[in-house]
Amino acid sequence: MTTNMTGIVGAKKSKTRKALAHFLIIGFGMLMLYPVLWMIGSSFKDTAQIFSEVSLIPNPVVTDNYERGWEGAGIGFSTYFLNSTIVAALAVIGNLIACSLAAYAFARLDFRLRRVLFGAMLATIMLPYHVVIVPQYILFAQLDWVNTFLPLIAPKFLAVDSFFIFLMVQFMRGLPVELDQAARVDGAGPFQIYWRIILPLTIPALATTAIFTFIWTWNDFFTPMIYLSDPRLYTVPLGLNSFLDSTGESSWGPMFAMAVLSLGPLFGFFLAGQKYLTSGIATTGLKG
Amino acid sequence: MTLPQTSNDVSAPADTRGRSESRPGRGAAQAPRSRGTRSLRRRMMLDRAAPYLFLAPWLIGFVVITFGPMLVSLYLSFTDYSLLSPPEWVGLENYERMFTADPKYLESVRVTAIYVFVSVPLQLAFALIVAMALNRGIKGLPIYRSIYYIPSLIGGSVAIAILWRQMFGQSGLINQVLALVGIEGQSWIGHPDTALGTLIVLNVWTFGSPMVIFLAALRQIPVYLYEAAAVDGVTAWGRFRHITFPMLTPIVLFNMILQLIGAMQAFTPAYVVSGGTGGPANSTLFYTLYLYQRGFTGLEMGYASAMAWALLLVIAAITGINFWLSKYWVHYDD
Repeated sequence: MTTNMTGIVGAKKSKTRKALAHFLIIGFGMLMLYPVLWMIGSSFKDTAQIFSEVSLIPNPVVTDNYERGWEGAGIGFSTYFLNSTIVAALAVIGNLIACSLAAYAFARLDFRLRRVLFGAMLATIMLPYHVVIVPQYILFAQLDWVNTFLPLIAPKFLAVDSFFIFLMVQFMRGLPVELDQAARVDGAGPFQIYWRIILPLTIPALATTAIFTFIWTWNDFFTPMIYLSDPRLYTVPLGLNSFLDSTGESSWGPMFAMAVLSLGPLFGFFLAGQKYLTSGIATTGLKG
Repeated sequence: MTLPQTSNDVSAPADTRGRSESRPGRGAAQAPRSRGTRSLRRRMMLDRAAPYLFLAPWLIGFVVITFGPMLVSLYLSFTDYSLLSPPEWVGLENYERMFTADPKYLESVRVTAIYVFVSVPLQLAFALIVAMALNRGIKGLPIYRSIYYIPSLIGGSVAIAILWRQMFGQSGLINQVLALVGIEGQSWIGHPDTALGTLIVLNVWTFGSPMVIFLAALRQIPVYLYEAAAVDGVTAWGRFRHITFPMLTPIVLFNMILQLIGAMQAFTPAYVVSGGTGGPANSTLFYTLYLYQRGFTGLEMGYASAMAWALLLVIAAITGINFWLSKYWVHYDD
């Protein structure tokens, strides 16, 4: 706003101001990420060093933490990672299928109960999970689903995360209605229109859904803790927590190593889907 | 092929033709005319049923996993229920006990209220300040935005809770840094006065997600407003006070409601940092943590359900009050 005032003086001033702005932004960003970077660095340090060194770069580099941590306490982290991968992958698939089906009906089809059901769907978005957790537990216990992955996965195939339905409805409403009409003229039924026309055009919203479902499921601690008590079924967060419990405060090195590994897939998905992620947050306010 | 002229539906004739083309096997043995009307009827029935078929998974989920359990938990909140024997009706006893005979419950309400009402405003303030700093046409915005978003991505994980436990421990990172400048720190997590503060810091740290929303909204503010202000010689504070903030108020409200609701339900950090106890001296006993202890450790499912419903009512009330207050400060264009 000040740059267009007068000639070279203004330009010079704005150049230094710009450099200063970058400097401040990077500096503050580094300060924020320092603990995480320090944890990554420390995962390659000796446990004794973790408590005596503030520096980010390990010297010497020790990989022992990863080997010891991977074996875990009793059951290894390979099991936990496998479990988490299964649960997260199926949760993503479930959410993509079930939420897009419901979203298509709400966004593109006309039916008598649409307004009522849409309102009911919206009302559940902000519902705290705790209000349903006890009866859900009783239900899944009666189905003999405790100590299986089903309580973590089956709800996704029933589109319980209505946030994503809402996201997709918003997106599908933006697609031109002429597409459906043209397809109908060509003889396509609602299922073909959904599958061949709407779904391919909804890919950005599907990607946002997939990324967020993955992040939430991967990070989820509460639900697996309630339903999984058999250590062989533990997901990574449960594994980390039980590792913390069983080793006490004695083996921070291996603990940091496994904590870093557990964040790996999150960063992977984040980097791969950044575009969809930020646009998804911006349009719906999803929290990571 | 004959087109069925009996139809009232304008789009039906073309539909029917295309349909029998795409599925040649259907009704092939019948006369062309009756084939048309028949597949039309099928078609109409299918059209009417289609929305419900698409909605079927969600409908089942809504009834069986969301709405049904909601009603059941409302019922259970008026009972004494330990999972092992059938629920026993006790009327309002659970609710009475919460407010009159359970000091630990009130403690958890106090802890959660401090957490929510301190961390959310701070978090939003950081989100807005950093968003405005990033929204000045600087290069590399996507990279900076990602860097500031990372804490939101990982902030709720057990891994970060473990990091926090080390960082704010007696000989953790924070005290190591303090030692460099000659200050001897205490165990921030082990002391009742500071343990909650470490969790507040953690929530403020995750200001990235509201920041991304603010950034998107800042870009929507028309440039001509600022140009007009520049002509009039309005100061930077004046621009913020009279343009940026009023234009952002709907988004501030949106972010606030979202973050308030999220913070009221925080669980993982408190559980991991305190080892599931909510200690020291109940100073990190979040509402949901206490609910978990009562329900799933103590098997007091009726009491836990009553707690959950109280939480739902408080969330609804706070959201309602927010909307009501919004007419005094939120600026809407239309």
